[in-house]
Amino acid sequence: MNTQQIKEILHNGVWKQNAGVVQLLGLCPLLAVSNSVVNGVSLGLATAFVMAMSGAAISPIRSYVPNEIRIPVFILIIAVLVTVVQYAMNAYMYGLYVVLGIFIPLIVTNCIVLARVEAFASKNPALPSTLDGLAMGLGLTAVLGVLGGMREIIGKGTLLSGLDLALGDVAKGWVIHVIPDYHGFLLAILPPGAFIGLALLIAGKNWLKLREERKARGDGATVAPVEGGCGVTHGN
Amino acid sequence: MSAAPVKASLKTALNLLVFAVLGTAVLAFTFNLTRDRIIKSMEAEKLKLIMQVVPPALFDNDIIKDTLIIPASKQLGTDRPTTAYRARLQGKPSVVVLEAIAPDGYSGKIEMIVAIRADATLSGVRVVRHKETPGLGDYIEFAKNPWISQFDGASHARYKEGGWKVKKDGGQFDYMAGATITPRAVVKAVHKTLHYYEENRDQLFAATLPTPVDEHKELRQ
Repeated sequence: MNTQQIKEILHNGVWKQNAGVVQLLGLCPLLAVSNSVVNGVSLGLATAFVMAMSGAAISPIRSYVPNEIRIPVFILIIAVLVTVVQYAMNAYMYGLYVVLGIFIPLIVTNCIVLARVEAFASKNPALPSTLDGLAMGLGLTAVLGVLGGMREIIGKGTLLSGLDLALGDVAKGWVIHVIPDYHGFLLAILPPGAFIGLALLIAGKNWLKLREERKARGDGATVAPVEGGCGVTHGN
Repeated sequence: MSAAPVKASLKTALNLLVFAVLGTAVLAFTFNLTRDRIIKSMEAEKLKLIMQVVPPALFDNDIIKDTLIIPASKQLGTDRPTTAYRARLQGKPSVVVLEAIAPDGYSGKIEMIVAIRADATLSGVRVVRHKETPGLGDYIEFAKNPWISQFDGASHARYKEGGWKVKKDGGQFDYMAGATITPRAVVKAVHKTLHYYEENRDQLFAATLPTPVDEHKELRQ
């Protein structure tokens, strides 16, 4: 694996093919958990870990898995990894486990995990596969973090609330009250806030992309309509 | 049927089986590795809540082990046997912690623990689990709002029978505009729990021998 390849995989995962705002895969946890930075980033990191590990686990065995049963085997491996993460969180981060609760097992059904395994890890060596899973997962984490931050500031006027659940009581004083004496804006915390926030992020990403293309073509060129981000490899 | 497809199928099935067995082995290993730790965190979490409602000066026994299984009760709102934790000071009953459920929250059941002193005064109430609207009805959580602490020290001596309502309904308890159903359910459930205690006081402290409950039996086996 040379530097060029590493760069490309990272760029693809974190930015160009971002799971959250370009591929639009794995929206279920994205919308449900992104009501604060801590929740969003925690689930994002758990997903990134599972994706990296599943890339690492599936790539070396790809030649031993018959084509007809590859999907069941992949799902089995992903499910095992997710359950391991769940046990670990239950044991070592109980508070966070209570908050993220049902979303941890749902990582199995998050189709971005299976999509990367199918599209990348089943065709590439172990190292690039691990990196691809990690990059895609970190891309998702970034979106979850930004969306969580937006919803938390607008909804509660704070940032990093609940950090003590992840890091222990030490972090209790680390909450940033961005807007003091804020009474909250419930819409941002509830699911509609997630949809609106995600739409803004997608719009922002597309705007950047368009601007880049326009620059590349020279100013004044008319802009082609934006291609939809869905259905790149797998539908949800 | 010719032999070739059968052989191929068997081979595929065997392949899947191998992966299934490997996966199970990894899971069993992790389960064993984390089991004790998980039980410990669950107990620590429960103890943390109990410690919030039972003043340390009021007991010298091992509350977590001094338990009593009480049958499902309409008054407590429970539909299965629950555990009562007993605090004692020099062998004398001081506080009992009961699990209670308010069935009529805004979005379903509100599970809580209610600590009652031997003299039928509330020592404290904490919500353990609920599904109330975040940002609106969730002020019943102590972590979010001190609202629930107005039960501290409440008793029938302090509030008459009719006072166990939110102020909007003519009672003694505060509520927040916009979410009245939630506190109404909590107040009602706490009041019923207090009645339950008053009627069953002697049984609740009865067995002096600790009856350890293995709540995590299925995890340990």
